[in-house]
Amino acid sequence: MKKILFRHESFLAFAIILFSIIITLINPSFFTLENFFDLLKSFSLTGTFAIGMLFVLISGGIDLSFTAIATVSGYTIAVLLLNMGDRLNILLIFLIAGVIGVLLGILNGAIIDMFKIPSMITTIATSNIFYGLLTVITKGKWLYGFPTWFGDFAQIRIITLRTAEGWPYGLSIITLIWIVLLLAAWFILKFTVLGRSIYAMGSNPVSAQRAGFNLRRLHLFVYGFMGLMAGFGSVIQALLVQTVAPNSLVGKEMDVIAAVVLGGASLTGGTGTVLGALLGVTLLGILGNGMTLMHVPSLWYKVIIGVVILVSVSFTAYRRKQSIRKRVITE
Amino acid sequence: MAEPFLSLKQVSKHYAGVTALDKINFEINPGEIHCLAGENGSGKSTMIKIISGTVKADSGSVIEINGAPIQSMNAMDAINRGIQVIYQDLSSFPNLTVAENIALDYYVANHRKVVNWKELNQIAERAQSRIGVHLPLDANVNEISIADQQLAAICRALTRDVKLLIMDEPTSSLTKREVDSLLAVVLEMKKKGISTIFVSHKLNEVLEIADRVSVLRDGKMIGTYPAKELDNDSLTFLMTGMKVEYEPFQFAGKFDHPILELNHVSKKGEYKDVSFELFPGEILGLTGLLGSGRTELALSIFGKTKPDQGEILINGQPVKINSIQDALRYGIAYVPEDRLIQGLVTTQSVGQNIILTTLDQMTTRRHFLDAVKIRNSIEHWVKDLSIKVPSVQSPVQTLSGGNQQRVVLAKWIAADPKILILDGPTIGIDVAAKRSIHEIIRSLAKRGISVIMISEEIPEVYHNCSRILVMHKGSLMKTFITQNTSIDEIQNYVNGTV
Repeated sequence: MKKILFRHESFLAFAIILFSIIITLINPSFFTLENFFDLLKSFSLTGTFAIGMLFVLISGGIDLSFTAIATVSGYTIAVLLLNMGDRLNILLIFLIAGVIGVLLGILNGAIIDMFKIPSMITTIATSNIFYGLLTVITKGKWLYGFPTWFGDFAQIRIITLRTAEGWPYGLSIITLIWIVLLLAAWFILKFTVLGRSIYAMGSNPVSAQRAGFNLRRLHLFVYGFMGLMAGFGSVIQALLVQTVAPNSLVGKEMDVIAAVVLGGASLTGGTGTVLGALLGVTLLGILGNGMTLMHVPSLWYKVIIGVVILVSVSFTAYRRKQSIRKRVITE
Repeated sequence: MAEPFLSLKQVSKHYAGVTALDKINFEINPGEIHCLAGENGSGKSTMIKIISGTVKADSGSVIEINGAPIQSMNAMDAINRGIQVIYQDLSSFPNLTVAENIALDYYVANHRKVVNWKELNQIAERAQSRIGVHLPLDANVNEISIADQQLAAICRALTRDVKLLIMDEPTSSLTKREVDSLLAVVLEMKKKGISTIFVSHKLNEVLEIADRVSVLRDGKMIGTYPAKELDNDSLTFLMTGMKVEYEPFQFAGKFDHPILELNHVSKKGEYKDVSFELFPGEILGLTGLLGSGRTELALSIFGKTKPDQGEILINGQPVKINSIQDALRYGIAYVPEDRLIQGLVTTQSVGQNIILTTLDQMTTRRHFLDAVKIRNSIEHWVKDLSIKVPSVQSPVQTLSGGNQQRVVLAKWIAADPKILILDGPTIGIDVAAKRSIHEIIRSLAKRGISVIMISEEIPEVYHNCSRILVMHKGSLMKTFITQNTSIDEIQNYVNGTV
């Protein structure tokens, strides 16, 4: 019991509850089922990217190119939707975006594995290449006016409720897709040898190699998986806003990394959970939403997010230091 | 006589013209505990790498397992044949649980895809019970002691049906009690027919339970001896090829006007009521078990922690040492136990490391760094302490252990200390290098520097110090004048059996 109470995730949950109470006290419309479903839907983009980032961070790497990958796959499906939209369906769209994402991600993984270049440097470089090429080819044009079926799909609700005024709301299919991805990620990380190998590699790559893990395969998987999430994310983004703009995602890397780190993943690898990443995304999302509801000027958003991340990460580091001290003394 | 589990016949290994192993013969029987002794560079690690399949021996070498010659063997083959190595760093996964660390190998080896946590715990539990240990299976490995991590590594080997377990320097970071429980585990494995090779250059504890000892020197097998016939001195002789004789340290000064005095100094939970004096030019030994408070006391003198009570006097004047900066101002220097991590910036050059403590004196009038002053200072110390380096630009991590230690000494002497505290100055270095470090320390004392030498090796303080302080459970048990005591007497005080 004590162990559960003192887990990182518990502190995050506590912070989420605390912030929710504060926001509700100031603006009661925060604590409504309608806003709850809205929030979940709006988290699904960052949340999908966060799943991929979680894998990369656990493996001991980092990926700064996933927004560029998502932009490439998003733009590709947008072009396809505009030119041959009637012959496509949503599964094909996810498949195409996913394949593009996986290919670009595997390219990252291969470079990182073969040349032993730090993942941060590799992905900064590939991010520039992916994004640069795309802007050269597309000249930064925005794409919109997708087939109606694509717009209709985004409106599907799994559960539909109605407000007092008769407006429909409920659990969006987009949220459901995200939840399915979360469950799949949780299963991989917790119950497959592959998942545990990723923790092992991030924890101590030398030992992992001695124990007979195929580090190359793990690198390719991890970055390919990040690419897959980037591809899926690009479809979710297109569904949410029904527009694809080359510059709408690049620059958002840090928000995603911040959410995952807030959720307890460490940049040194080997730690992090799906639940933690989910709570990290939730906490940052609620802060953003709450500030809007509390009429805090949006310019303050970044400042407050920065403070929250710093406090959380310092707190974790402090607790780790304490527990190490305790261990040294009792020995 | 039973057939040996593994035998090496005429095994050689050359690296780019350098002979690492020269036609060695070696064998180990099932259930035998065998020590492999030798100094750094004697070929021990090459031999282990060949046995574990990570390095291929030269052609003409013959390796036999259970009497059958092995054509070629890679690391995976070796593991499948029951040969496993526990490296000094234990190859553990610090962020995974103990149970996972033990069982994950098994999953990988059997090409399993899905983890069944209940089964995983059972595998770990079974491995534990085979050697009668009880580890906290749910804890992360980084939350348990080094000794327990080692037991977890042994359990891990057991999940793979190990027949020969090779342990590289297993006792170097364990306390006496932990070593004893490790040895008990090894004896337990012996009963089950598992052979063990201990690789070490510090074998006192291991000699007690070993059957045979093989000694390597300069890539040659000097011989294999029944452990009963060897003691520490004869082993050292075999390893180095020379008789190490200690000339006792002669203190030239007089026991008056102490440079440092501690009066009834205490710190809760670390040490209590410690009083002693340190005289100019003497080497004062400070010994005790891990956790006896020796290092904690030294850190207080160095200003890293503050005593709760008592007073510290320097040259007869009471002083407050509140920070490391204060300590340096009073001329106190501290060279920590783990020379690699705490003492040196190993990726930086020898020169950069030497001037680290004196950088603030190396400036021009405009407070820029003075390249000429820096170069002169570096050259002076490299020559003075005869540090063997290809160039002062070489990174410290490329030097041998003994030379690294000299760089640390140079760094501190350059700061011109009056009091030099050396915590475990020769931990992890071989006998010959040890001797040259001791000579450096003696020559420092002759220059008038007062040295406090902290070591848990009683012979080390006995042979090199003028007086010896013994600590036990935070208390100063006794202060010996070296020529009036013996190693055995000191040992009794260290163990608290008086």
